[in-house]
Amino acid sequence: MPEGMITVAYLVAGVLFILSLRGLSNQETARRGNVYGAVGMLLAVIATILSGHVGSIGTLILVMLVGGGIGLLAAKRVAMTAMPELVAILHSFVGAAAVLVGIVSHFESGGITGTELIIHEIEIVIGVFIGAYTFSGSVIAFLKLKALIGGKPWTLPFRHQLNLLVLLISILFGVMFVAGNPEQQLTALLIITAIACLLGIHMIMAIGGADMPVVVSMLNSYSGWAAAAAGFMLSNDLLIITGALVGSSGAILSYIMCRGMNRSFVSVIAGGFGVAEGTVVAVSTEDDGKEVISISVEETADLLRSAKQVIVVPGYGMAVAQAQHIVHEITENLRNRNISVKFAIHPVAGRLPGHMNVLLAEANLPYDIVFEMDEINVEFEKTDVVLVIGANDIVNPGALDDTTSPIYGMPVLEVWDAKAVIVLKRSMATGYSGVGNPLYFRDNTSMLFGDAKESLNKVAAMLT
Amino acid sequence: MIIGVLKEIHQGERRVAMAPSVVKQCLKKGHTILMEVGAGVVANFTDGQYEDSGAEIVESAEEIWKKANIILKIRPPEEDQETGVHEADLLQKDSCIICLLNPGRNTELLKRLAKTGGTAIAVDAIPRISRAQSMDVLSSMANISGYRAVTEAAHHFGRLFTGQITAAGKIPPAKVLVIGAGVAGLSAAGSAQSLGAIVRAFDTRSAVREEVQSMGAEFLSLDFKEDGAGGGGYAKTMSKEFIAAEMELFAAQSKEVNIIITTAAIPGKKSPVLITKEMVESMIPGSVIVDLAAEGGGNCEMTKPGETTVYKKVTIIGLTDLPSRLPTQASQLFSNNTAKLIQHLNHDGELKLDFDDEITSAITVVHDGNIVWDPEKQNKVQAKPVKLAEPETVPAKPTVLPETTKKNWSLLKMIGWFLAFTLTALIGFGGSSEFISHITVFVMACFVGYLLIWNVSPSLHTPLMSVTNAISGIIVIGGMIHLSGEQILLPAIAVLISTINIVGGFMVTHRMLEMFRK
Repeated sequence: MPEGMITVAYLVAGVLFILSLRGLSNQETARRGNVYGAVGMLLAVIATILSGHVGSIGTLILVMLVGGGIGLLAAKRVAMTAMPELVAILHSFVGAAAVLVGIVSHFESGGITGTELIIHEIEIVIGVFIGAYTFSGSVIAFLKLKALIGGKPWTLPFRHQLNLLVLLISILFGVMFVAGNPEQQLTALLIITAIACLLGIHMIMAIGGADMPVVVSMLNSYSGWAAAAAGFMLSNDLLIITGALVGSSGAILSYIMCRGMNRSFVSVIAGGFGVAEGTVVAVSTEDDGKEVISISVEETADLLRSAKQVIVVPGYGMAVAQAQHIVHEITENLRNRNISVKFAIHPVAGRLPGHMNVLLAEANLPYDIVFEMDEINVEFEKTDVVLVIGANDIVNPGALDDTTSPIYGMPVLEVWDAKAVIVLKRSMATGYSGVGNPLYFRDNTSMLFGDAKESLNKVAAMLT
Repeated sequence: MIIGVLKEIHQGERRVAMAPSVVKQCLKKGHTILMEVGAGVVANFTDGQYEDSGAEIVESAEEIWKKANIILKIRPPEEDQETGVHEADLLQKDSCIICLLNPGRNTELLKRLAKTGGTAIAVDAIPRISRAQSMDVLSSMANISGYRAVTEAAHHFGRLFTGQITAAGKIPPAKVLVIGAGVAGLSAAGSAQSLGAIVRAFDTRSAVREEVQSMGAEFLSLDFKEDGAGGGGYAKTMSKEFIAAEMELFAAQSKEVNIIITTAAIPGKKSPVLITKEMVESMIPGSVIVDLAAEGGGNCEMTKPGETTVYKKVTIIGLTDLPSRLPTQASQLFSNNTAKLIQHLNHDGELKLDFDDEITSAITVVHDGNIVWDPEKQNKVQAKPVKLAEPETVPAKPTVLPETTKKNWSLLKMIGWFLAFTLTALIGFGGSSEFISHITVFVMACFVGYLLIWNVSPSLHTPLMSVTNAISGIIVIGGMIHLSGEQILLPAIAVLISTINIVGGFMVTHRMLEMFRK
């Protein structure tokens, strides 16, 4: 196949990728978007095979079948609650591939000389560095999400200085790689790989388990940059375009998550957040000596039955308790009674951006009753009952009016505007941020204590 | 403690101070309940229900007065028309009576109670602080009065409230003016609105505007800069000019509206006159005025407390027993409030009066033979004003990030711009033309990505991540083109893992998207 045809095929593939992301802008076109992406990928692979650059087609087909089989199996088997783990491990693959491609392309960089060679070598160093960092960081994130290693932030003294030093050392080796002779070059490249791996481990180890959502989207971004860097190495525009798309996608997602948690973007990039650095958690005194009002399952069912509009606020706790299916049952029951039921999703509910939507979709809840924070915050005052299931910080009024609160400034779901709020909770323990929640002491808030799934099962039984 | 509940002897009073469901609550707290026989009958609670709940039915009132530590009733003690015995005289030295006492106007009664040496607690003297909201009998009764005011008005009003367009022609909706948007006013506004009327409400406290609007009513305001939020959750007295403007508004409204419900009552004081004789005369024939402040003389000049009168074709309802006309729920709420109050006073099964407590010291009006009522206490204690009177508690939503992070941002931005500038210059001077064309593609793709991703619906962010994961497997090309010659192992691994990525990513996205349904 002529070179021109291949370039055109890559161009079409690039356009299809863009259309794929465009398709995700709403539910109706999302499936089509996914198909565009797959077609684009197929086109790119076939064009590459036909280009004549692939020496051993037999090996290629074998390897691809094995890889495809593993991918298929993983995709079929994964539980929706385990999506973050899957996404994290897939990131690590992109990182590892970037490292391998970098090393191989160093071996085969014959034929170019002068400035171009220097640029090429710089590209290799950058690509390998980002790839290795993404790889080890994603593996750590995966392990943390799987709870194979503890979720607590693990930090060394002088963390930031140490990171900076490591960065300087790798730049030094980078210079060695570009300037040195072929034998030194390989050693330098491997050392850079090792250092970048260590840096990735160190950075991600320092982040608390609860902040993994931001980390995963950040690593998503890094995996994109790694692919783009590989594109520069190989002078392949398709890789550059795809890498840039993925990189900006991950960056925007991390930005949205940061905003949802009211954390600064800088502190995320520097790593080491999720630690309350020296701040003693001030338990809000707004409770004013008041007692919480507890509510029984019967009363909850009565309240729901007599409501006109109900909003459910799910948190990750709902998914942990595996309560989404029973929530669906209750929702259907109420909707059959002509009661409007809506779901309110906070940007950081769940462990990935948009994770909660997937979990609700898995439980067969229609997506058109699921709303984002900005859409639904105006609805609460028109709502009779709000059910808060397994959520805490995202419904904390202290975030709006208590300047001493550690989460002050974080946007929250303003559930307290509703006529009645029912909070399902195991006990009065605080959320992960350790902040007391004045919501529980409000006059229109009642607490339904106990395991969320059990309580909701009972409520559902009362409703039928 | 032994709690005794008396049958009301006041003419026409139908409420009872304890509902059967509250009996159960009190038993749980370890109290004993004595009910006078037939105490709840007119409120539709039978003695059988009380017995089932665990109360003990006592044949005579005297027995209750003797046995109980706490005597509960609704109305202030009065002379029994049949026996001629005054209830106040029956109070035992070491027992306590809890009821409405209206201490500001019943000085004689307080003296009589003081003579017995017992304790008297006035539930209508509860301070309006948020801590005491669950005990606030006046609020619960006002809520019921507001509702009943509308149904009373509807009863006397010879028209529909709601507007309709029928085959026989159009019916305009009734117009209702509510003066005073306290608990009773808001309740009235909400009830009238749900009957279909056009509701307007006026209050001197501009902070209640939102509450009025949330009831579906229109908030009438004066073009006048003065706020009437006073102590104790009540409105304060306004300046002369304000009152003049206010009266002008009422005069104009009187000519237009069909129903006026006034709620401007000041506990223990004479109610201000807001609707003059002339205004009544200017109203449309058939209109109705409900004066919820009738007990204190009335907000309408023509109100006769306790009576419903007709003056020049306008019905003026001055009933003072509105809560008693809905006895079942009124009793229920009253007893919920008093049960909370008893719990507040109860310390390990003993009635203990802690006069340092702002609630206790405000409501105890007779103790140890003395009148200890201080009218200032109820209104003065303002540790936390009730929600109605405090617009400041509604927080301004912080839409901007806190100051420190903002500074970081601008500094970061400057560094970013500087780096971008240097980098661009470097590339321009040092880069090869091929490299520059790659950079061009890269920068453009970043912008396309940026614009695309902001359009992605937040509910699809997880599928977005998995699909970007799949397409970043495009790095497979890097492995493929090196899959020749001596380097076979490393490229093969690269192809393997990126294929996992591609297939896994697309398949899991597909699986997720299939789940989303309408």
